[in-house]
Amino acid sequence: MRKTLTMLRRQPLGAAGGVIVLVLIAVAVLAPRLAPHGPKEATFAPYLAPSAEFPMGTDQLGRDVLSRVIWGARLSLYVGLVSVLFGITAGSLWGAVTAYLGGAADTGSQRVVDSVMALPPIILALALMAALGQSVNNVIIALVVLLTPTAARTVRSIALGIIASPYMESARAVGASNRRIIARHLIPNCMAGYIVLVTTNVSYAIVVEASLSFIGAGAPPDEPSWGGMLTAGIQAIETAPWMIFFPGVAISLAVFGLNLFGDSIRDVTDPRLRGGLG
Amino acid sequence: MSAYVVRRLLLFVPALVGASMLIFVLMRLVPGDIAEILVYQTGSETSGVQQKQIQRIRQELGLTKPVMVQYLSWMGGAVRGDFGKSYTQRRPVWDILRERFPRSLELPILTLDIALIWAIPLGVLSAVHQNRPLDYLARIASLSGLSIPLFVSGALILYGLVRVFHWIPPLEFVAFTENPLENLKQLIWPALAQAYYISAPITRLTRSQMLEVIRQDYVRTARAKGLAERAVVYRHALRNSLLPVVTFVGWWGGRLLGGLVIREVIFVVPGMGTALVQAVSQRDSPTVQAMVFVMAVVFLVVNLFVDLLYVWLDPRIHYA
Repeated sequence: MRKTLTMLRRQPLGAAGGVIVLVLIAVAVLAPRLAPHGPKEATFAPYLAPSAEFPMGTDQLGRDVLSRVIWGARLSLYVGLVSVLFGITAGSLWGAVTAYLGGAADTGSQRVVDSVMALPPIILALALMAALGQSVNNVIIALVVLLTPTAARTVRSIALGIIASPYMESARAVGASNRRIIARHLIPNCMAGYIVLVTTNVSYAIVVEASLSFIGAGAPPDEPSWGGMLTAGIQAIETAPWMIFFPGVAISLAVFGLNLFGDSIRDVTDPRLRGGLG
Repeated sequence: MSAYVVRRLLLFVPALVGASMLIFVLMRLVPGDIAEILVYQTGSETSGVQQKQIQRIRQELGLTKPVMVQYLSWMGGAVRGDFGKSYTQRRPVWDILRERFPRSLELPILTLDIALIWAIPLGVLSAVHQNRPLDYLARIASLSGLSIPLFVSGALILYGLVRVFHWIPPLEFVAFTENPLENLKQLIWPALAQAYYISAPITRLTRSQMLEVIRQDYVRTARAKGLAERAVVYRHALRNSLLPVVTFVGWWGGRLLGGLVIREVIFVVPGMGTALVQAVSQRDSPTVQAMVFVMAVVFLVVNLFVDLLYVWLDPRIHYA
């Protein structure tokens, strides 16, 4: 408890970010109770301006924008968390293990990472979505493909530093098996880097999902994706500006909160960066 | 240094081959190939006739051969600048590239220029006024820029243009060489949308570098010998803070390619991004492959250039 309080005092911006993240999680979890209508329920008149009944208006098919924004939090967080957990975990294990094995396994895996990272991320995601077909879960698969090599590269460089340290040498000297060294010494020491990668990439994943849905290659149009809602809003930019305004604010706030939170986690876990990020 | 350059150049080739293979295979996995789309569009009656037509088109386009053979013949053409013919536009992909590439090159350059013009002075001001109101203002402005996704800022700018100036995206694209003013009028908005976004990290980086440099001994010496504050800040401190900024900007130069797609879609710029989105939806794989290949080459060249620039600018860095 005292630790939390000290962190609050040292990282006021991070704490503000944490509050936004908590609200985002609460909205996502409680979406069925909070939303006045269903996200796909198209039963009202289209293009109704914001009013007491529809605080954020209705969209081109007569769906309640407020309900879709609320459900959008659930979709964004689901895509962001699941893709980051799978992608960063797989990439981190891959990076740590190949760094430890070294030799051909390491060089070979680095060339694979090079190949994937030679493509601009959105472009690769676009091609993946074309091959997989549009669905929320396929967006997650595309994101995992995007995130894995980045994590592998970062964790590999962390792992190389750890492998060169004296305690690893002593573990080898007392005759510990490779599996034991990786599981007991290497992976626990990579955890700080792993946590930073997870917290800083959730907002990135959320933005990529929304961007893909925005260009019509992500979630199917009836899904309440903040990005997809903006596309529909651009079609009706003159008659129904609320359709771009509310989802736009929602995603910007979510990303702002996650960035602040992620930054302060990075500051706390990496003493070299403490207070220097401004 | 030269060994490092050679090593980097050698790594370039497998990365490019791997990336192009990846895209090639992905485009073969796309459900519903071009033959089916072409045939079903014409709407012939019996399915037996359609099946034959589909088979014929596949044969003509070489889609019946093994993927590896297709890839090698495509790569063989690509290295000579022959990317095949577009399925939907019925002209060589090279022509499409030649038309679209300069437009898509102009947008990132314009974006970087705009971002640098205000991001670096803002970073300097922020550092000089550390922990005073101006600093907080600059930091909040830059952080909010970083949090607004490109398509949101793009949509808001578009809304402002439509609402205030009754502007609609022009249907005809005017090249810079034809009419520079008209051209800039078209590209300035999509450029601004991303300039705000990327100026945020540039401001933050300039600020933190300045804060570090301004405490160095040689800056104190400059002050001690009675130089004007302006000269100290701009001549001595800023010049030495810009090194990481240069690398960062170069790194972003490559990343701007991804942003191109979104900006071109919002502001209806007929560049590489819009062509790519269209080609993906039409299953026009020769065009997709060529666009992605060219983007990967640019991306890799920019990254290589940035790394070399870094070594060249900072004599303290040595690569084995």
